[in-house]
Amino acid sequence: MVTFDEIRSQARAEWETLEHSDKPHILVGTATCGRASGALAVLEAIKSELAKRNIEAIITQVGCIGLCYAEPLVDVVKPNRPRICYGNVTPEIIPRLIEDYVINDNPCPDLALGTIGDDSIDGIPKLFELPMLKPQVRIVLRNCGIIDPENINHYIARGGYSGLVKALGMKPEEVIEEIKRSGLRGRGGAGFPTGLKWEFCRQSPGKVKYLICNADEGDPGAFMNRSLLEGDPHAVLEGMLIGAYAIGATEGYIYIRAEYPLAIERLELALRQVAEYGLAGDNILDSNFSFHITIKQGAGAFVCGEETALMASIEGKRGMPRSRPPFPAQSGLWGKPTNINNVGTWGHVSAILQRGSNWYASYGSEKSKGTKVFALAGKVNRTGLIEVPIGISLQEIIYGIGGGIPDGKRFKAVQTGGPSGGFLPASLLNLPVGYEELTEAGSIMGSGGMIVLDEDNCIVDTARFFLSFTQAESCGKCVPCRLGTKQMLDILEDITNGKGKLEDIDLLEDLAKDIVAGSLCALGGTAPNPVLTSIRYFRDEYEAHIRDKRCPALVCSELISYYILPDKCEGCGICLRDCPAEAISGGKRMIHIIDQGKCIKCGTCLDVCPTRFSAVVKVSGEKVTVPSKPIPVAATKNAGAPTNLGN
Amino acid sequence: MEKIKLIIDGQEVEAREGMTVLEVAQAAGIYIPTLCSDPDLEPYGACRLCVVEIEKMRGLPTACTTPVTDGMIVHTETPAVNKVRCTAVELLIADHPGDCLTCSRNQQCDLQKVAAYLGITRQRFGKTTRLLPVDTSNPFFDHDPNYCILCGKCVRICNEVQEVGAITLTFRGYASQVSPFGDKLLLDSNCESCGECVAHCPVGALIPKDARQPTQEVETICVYCGVGCGIYLGIRNNRVVSVRGRREGTVNNGSLCVKGRFGITEFIHHPERLTTPLIRRGGELTEATWDEALELVASKLANYEKDEVAVISSAKCTNEDNYVAQKFARVVLGTNNIDHCARLCHAPTVAGLAQSFGSGAMTNSINEISNAACILAIGTNTTEAHPIIGLEVKRAVRKGAKLIVANPREIDLVRFADLWLQHKPGTDVALLMGMMGVIVDEGLLDSSFVEERCENFDAFRESLKNFDLDFVERITGVPRSKIAEAAWIYATNKPSSLLYAMGITQHSHGTDNVIATANLAMLTGNVGKPSTGVNPLRGQNNVQGACDIGALPNVYTGYQAVADPAIREKFEAAWGCSLPSSPGLPITGIIPAAYEGRIKALYLIGENPALSEPDAGHAREALKKLEFFVVQDIFLTETAHLADVVLPGASFAEKDGTFTNTERRVQRVRKAIEPIGDSKPDWWITCQIAQRMGGKGFDFTHPFQIMEEIANLTPSYGGIAYRRLDNGGLQWPCPTQDHVGTPILHTKQFTRGKGRFTPLDYKPPMELPDDEYPLMLTTGRSLYHFHTGTLTRKVKGLNVLRGEGLVEINPEDASALGITDGEMVKVVSRRGEIEAKARVTEVSPKGVVFMNFHFAESPTNLLTNSALDPVSKIPEYKVCAVRVEKITPANIK
Repeated sequence: MVTFDEIRSQARAEWETLEHSDKPHILVGTATCGRASGALAVLEAIKSELAKRNIEAIITQVGCIGLCYAEPLVDVVKPNRPRICYGNVTPEIIPRLIEDYVINDNPCPDLALGTIGDDSIDGIPKLFELPMLKPQVRIVLRNCGIIDPENINHYIARGGYSGLVKALGMKPEEVIEEIKRSGLRGRGGAGFPTGLKWEFCRQSPGKVKYLICNADEGDPGAFMNRSLLEGDPHAVLEGMLIGAYAIGATEGYIYIRAEYPLAIERLELALRQVAEYGLAGDNILDSNFSFHITIKQGAGAFVCGEETALMASIEGKRGMPRSRPPFPAQSGLWGKPTNINNVGTWGHVSAILQRGSNWYASYGSEKSKGTKVFALAGKVNRTGLIEVPIGISLQEIIYGIGGGIPDGKRFKAVQTGGPSGGFLPASLLNLPVGYEELTEAGSIMGSGGMIVLDEDNCIVDTARFFLSFTQAESCGKCVPCRLGTKQMLDILEDITNGKGKLEDIDLLEDLAKDIVAGSLCALGGTAPNPVLTSIRYFRDEYEAHIRDKRCPALVCSELISYYILPDKCEGCGICLRDCPAEAISGGKRMIHIIDQGKCIKCGTCLDVCPTRFSAVVKVSGEKVTVPSKPIPVAATKNAGAPTNLGN
Repeated sequence: MEKIKLIIDGQEVEAREGMTVLEVAQAAGIYIPTLCSDPDLEPYGACRLCVVEIEKMRGLPTACTTPVTDGMIVHTETPAVNKVRCTAVELLIADHPGDCLTCSRNQQCDLQKVAAYLGITRQRFGKTTRLLPVDTSNPFFDHDPNYCILCGKCVRICNEVQEVGAITLTFRGYASQVSPFGDKLLLDSNCESCGECVAHCPVGALIPKDARQPTQEVETICVYCGVGCGIYLGIRNNRVVSVRGRREGTVNNGSLCVKGRFGITEFIHHPERLTTPLIRRGGELTEATWDEALELVASKLANYEKDEVAVISSAKCTNEDNYVAQKFARVVLGTNNIDHCARLCHAPTVAGLAQSFGSGAMTNSINEISNAACILAIGTNTTEAHPIIGLEVKRAVRKGAKLIVANPREIDLVRFADLWLQHKPGTDVALLMGMMGVIVDEGLLDSSFVEERCENFDAFRESLKNFDLDFVERITGVPRSKIAEAAWIYATNKPSSLLYAMGITQHSHGTDNVIATANLAMLTGNVGKPSTGVNPLRGQNNVQGACDIGALPNVYTGYQAVADPAIREKFEAAWGCSLPSSPGLPITGIIPAAYEGRIKALYLIGENPALSEPDAGHAREALKKLEFFVVQDIFLTETAHLADVVLPGASFAEKDGTFTNTERRVQRVRKAIEPIGDSKPDWWITCQIAQRMGGKGFDFTHPFQIMEEIANLTPSYGGIAYRRLDNGGLQWPCPTQDHVGTPILHTKQFTRGKGRFTPLDYKPPMELPDDEYPLMLTTGRSLYHFHTGTLTRKVKGLNVLRGEGLVEINPEDASALGITDGEMVKVVSRRGEIEAKARVTEVSPKGVVFMNFHFAESPTNLLTNSALDPVSKIPEYKVCAVRVEKITPANIK
């Protein structure tokens, strides 16, 4: 039997060899996000370029470091040089990169994002000093983008599984104490103290106990779990093993949606690796502790992220939540005591055992320790996956890390917590990001989605969008959720279609409160949040839609109109030709007219009108006076003010 | 169980641990509205109407899912609670069609009830409309998902209780609906049409096709199998228009199977009901008056010697009908030639259990089955032939019981079994003796029970030596490890309940089979205690009663032997005549005697031997040879066509009386409507004939008088009287008017004193496959039909669900014969041949074909073997040798 020390020595040696290799080392971020940006084509280009030039190099596929805005990312390490990270890499620039840097030692600072490591290179900033990364504290994401997720030795070399070894040297109750001391709270969004949850399950009578990793990440625009599983699956497995030991569970499940094939593939590989190393299975590391992990693929139902629905799904039933009590800690999977934690939580657990609860608790706020990963998306300059200490302000995230709103637009709101969260307006930008603070403001922490909206986003329409998602994903079991959200959605559609009534706003609020109070599970209990917060902070936008039939953001198609300004139209005919609805009339050098009855509000005319004319305008709640039929261009110019030509 | 005290709405109430707030409130008479909770089902918490406020609990918990705790303070009607309830109901109403007046659930609709209770008078929400197709494929009920409120009761009853799983919730969000797997039609699903979903639907989403509401309901007992389910017949204008399961004081707790729920009203009012007596004149059956018919029967029967006449009575008739029939045979005709179809189903039970225990009936009660720790179901396709007992078995398994199924076919119960012993047909003795050998060898027997309560054990143990596991494995085809496992499971999980039916009895060694089951139960001490016993599941609604009441050639009522002089004297004194001392002929003796001309006249009540007799072709010939043949029935059966006089009987819905179910429970049958046409109750007809023949003691004017006479003459029925049967009946023995009946037999001692172990030998079936007839035919019941289909074939919907006989054949056998699923094939035995559709299925093991016997178009009993069990004279229905032939164009009839 090989001891863990031997495994670790071997892993460290392998890592050292890699770090000090005399060959160039090229690392490509090929997690799903990288792939979506073309990382595989980049990888192929690198391979063929190296082959063409007969260069021996080490190529490693790594996970996502979180800089989504700069994908695909390629890191190049040359012997005795710091690692350089290049962003927005395309296959086309690969020959240059290899020629200039790999062969000729010109690091191409114009392409580089930053360097990783102690040494620096002139003209290239340090990657972790960049504004996107500097405020971050990377605990869960400690290895993502750094190591080869398919190589367990990389994980072990960087301290992996030492947390498990430490735990096995402690009594289970001591492990639970350690987690309690760390202040860790559930990262799935509810924020229940993890150590306490474990303690309930440990104290539940029963020989058979289950432990579940909830990897059913379903929020639109959220990819925290996927990135971690793709970039560092062992961080999660180690957390589960520690949890299982502490709770006394012998069987574990990872419930992951089938839409995450790469994460599943890497988890399966990681499971084979831990089995081979004796880190999972029977008598782990020669102890009395045995733990077996099974991957259960879900079919992609949002509601299966709810723990009782998730367990029903594992049992082969339709994924529908049930009432609690009994809580899973008493009667969960197949009626046995069960502990469920989110992927992120497990990632924290392994770090806490590796480095200690005091270290962990030094991050975060008074009530919530440690860090939280967010998927920063929407109208923000630097989108990506970020890990920040709890308590950081929205302002720091959106403007500091995210670099603010693109194109000089005005910030409108940030939606935290995914479709079940709420919109927070500019007045709350200084709000510290924490469980209680967000709840107080009407939103939730949720699993970590963070979507930034600017002035071009209609708050009513966005609320409608999120509600249409939760309505479609409701399991249909309880009346308030199934029918209440449908009524809310119908009302919101009326409002965005200009058919709303002022009393609808009160009805929405009233119904939303009953849905929150009456729903069986958190899906229904939180689904109205986007509507409630948007009414709370943006009531004027609702009123504009209803009273003025005006969409201030010019989004709601029933409330907007396109007009061709007679004084600007040159009668070039482009819009007329491209209009898919044949709603534009006019002729050569004739001022074009949009037939408002035929117009389908697709915006093609606005897009195609040459910028030198900019004759097409989009308006809402106002009328532009135009001729009743096409007239020669010259006529208007001669006639002066277009208003005279109206009827 | 700890007592809990809590306060609901200021009222202190007591509760048991594990009860929900809703249950406690309901028990205390506090109404909490709900649409999705049901006492038959697990808590669900979907409608959110039962939300309450509980002090020290967050939010609004649902009463139906929240367990009570000591000191809990509950408020069921607060402003917050009412707000959420009203909104939920308003949402449901907004999504529900508003055509209440034309909905067949109008005024029986739970949504209406809760809306009225909450005082909903406004509608804040816009109408939402679903436009889903209505599924009308099922012959008995429609599913209109547009009316559905998604309470899930239908899905839950189908899954949790029936465990059929035909329907489920599909789609998500607002699109959620109830549909069969793959969104197929109900008819194309595995739905068994039990209608429990319809019975539990609170609104008009699942509604019977014929949804006329009755003006009055009459409590009675289902006329199909021996389970004896309590039902309400719904009446309007002297028509039975509905059937509904009765919950209180019944064996079925409200559940019914497809036949009971949907197969009754149609046959009662079927246009082919006999409405007037018929007399054969010039070769044709022509209408006659009662006077003519009765006079003819009386005068003709008077012409024969005592040994030349016989009476066959009916397990479908009441105890009172049967009593009068056997009294008529003995008193008026002076013969013990009286029998009924129990001969063809459970004669070995009566013989075998009488020999082992002293009385031949189910030792325990139906409601004990679900508390067993182990159930051995051998030779019973319970879910198909006794569906409601099937539910008990499923319930037991849900509660953790081990289930062993011994059956050559992969019947539905195998799905629930811990162990399936697929033994070859006719090898039950070997299988059971093999198990008993293991139990004795491994010391798993209950020695003190054997020693103190039983006798003849040593001789029995000797006979086990002939059944070493190698031999048993070879004979039965069951691996020895499984036999040993079965022995361990049965002997070590107590209480163990043994269930059996025709698979045990209908053999040329049927009595041996029964004795083997009795030996096994005694060996492990599984007799005389709750949830144990040997439990024969009897086939017809009153087959137990017809036996109890003496419609048998060797005994008077209560199994009092005709050969016993003291008994005979008692009956002679009571009946005021001298009685024949030697036992008469059984059915299986009457038919051959008729063929041989020894029996010249036959009075047959409610039987159809032309289809039900083994080697039925031969039986028909025998009936044709009778000089005088009277048939009394409600339909012109295949047998009635052969009669000289046909007398129209009244159906069970048209008369008073009692049925005794399989667990010895005597239950009241009540007259719901006047007899159809000029039909008459069977007891009345027989009394009329008897009186015209000068018989004394046949001047009954109501069946209760008949039961009084039965009680006077029958120790086990001594305490039975109509006035005592109103609350669920009484289980015999019930010797005195203050006796409460006997749910479990043999508790302190066996009826015969000591339980008797009987040594057994293995005897193969009389006819085994050979080169000419290479397959083994076994027969049984379909869920959708009953007996020879006299009643069920009259029900259109049942014929839609199963309209023809099928030959179930294993794919290997089928492919060797070039037969594909669904093609017509010929089945040939030494006695006859029939044609039927092949169903290629692995349910049948290789070498075995299976057929139902309900269908006159493919009369299976033309094939079966009339070889008899020497003790009980039951024929060997369950095994005969056949060959299956492909029908080529050349040999199509």
